[in-house]
Amino acid sequence: MHPTFATEVSDRRVRWLSPEAFISLLGPLTVAGGVIWAILQPWRLTLLHPLHQGFWWLVVEPPLLVVGAGIFFAFVVARPLLADLEASRAAAR
Amino acid sequence: MQPHAEFVHWLFATGILLVGMCLLAEAVVGREVWQQRPWRRYLWPGIAFTMGVLLWPVMALYTNSAIHMYAHGAWAQVLMLAGGAELGLVRGRLHSRWWRLTWPLAFAVTGTAFLVHEQNAWWFARSAFLHHLLGWTFLLGALVPLALVWRPQSAVLRGMFALTIVAISVMLYTDRDVAPVFGHLSPLAGTPHR
Repeated sequence: MHPTFATEVSDRRVRWLSPEAFISLLGPLTVAGGVIWAILQPWRLTLLHPLHQGFWWLVVEPPLLVVGAGIFFAFVVARPLLADLEASRAAAR
Repeated sequence: MQPHAEFVHWLFATGILLVGMCLLAEAVVGREVWQQRPWRRYLWPGIAFTMGVLLWPVMALYTNSAIHMYAHGAWAQVLMLAGGAELGLVRGRLHSRWWRLTWPLAFAVTGTAFLVHEQNAWWFARSAFLHHLLGWTFLLGALVPLALVWRPQSAVLRGMFALTIVAISVMLYTDRDVAPVFGHLSPLAGTPHR
């Protein structure tokens, strides 16, 4: 086997998921986790049935907290981080 | 008007989840890329420090038992110390790597407090189970930030640290005031609610 090709294959095996893909997926996967939780335990989403709920049950809805954390990460952290990662890759080339 | 303990646990779980996600991202892209934007350097240490500050009102308002107050007070102190030390390190005001020992210290104190202040056995109720599980996770997990003091650039250790934090947030999300754990619930625990 050609040594360069062997190195490429080895790199591909080690990095089966690139840093860019990982960072891009982390937020959406967290959001998906929150959505799946809401589907499995809909009674935790009191927004769906807000009557006769206490204040804290309406304010703190854990599946929405997970979704919120995922959205925050995706838009506030991941987007600029991906741009910086791309810029550092371009500078290294 | 005071929220049940489980609401507070879920709110803190969200902060811990954000810290874990940031640590995971930092472990994947590397510290140099992560620290390219100044605000990002302070993000997770700032969240950790803020959670430490917010633990003080938790200590002051949840006075159902003295041992809970001591535990919440201890967590507030060690989280503020570890978060503050990390802020000092990324700011450049602190230089010694030994400041990173504040993280294993925070983990060890937190784990010990979890185990000491839970008076019931593992299968008493879900909250008792989680106290034991969280306690041992923190105590054993303290080895990871301890190893990071000597190998701060290790991506594997940084990833393990991040995953430990994420696992802790998942455990906190599963907390309920009175609920069974794997079908076990002591009749002394009370009536379960949603």
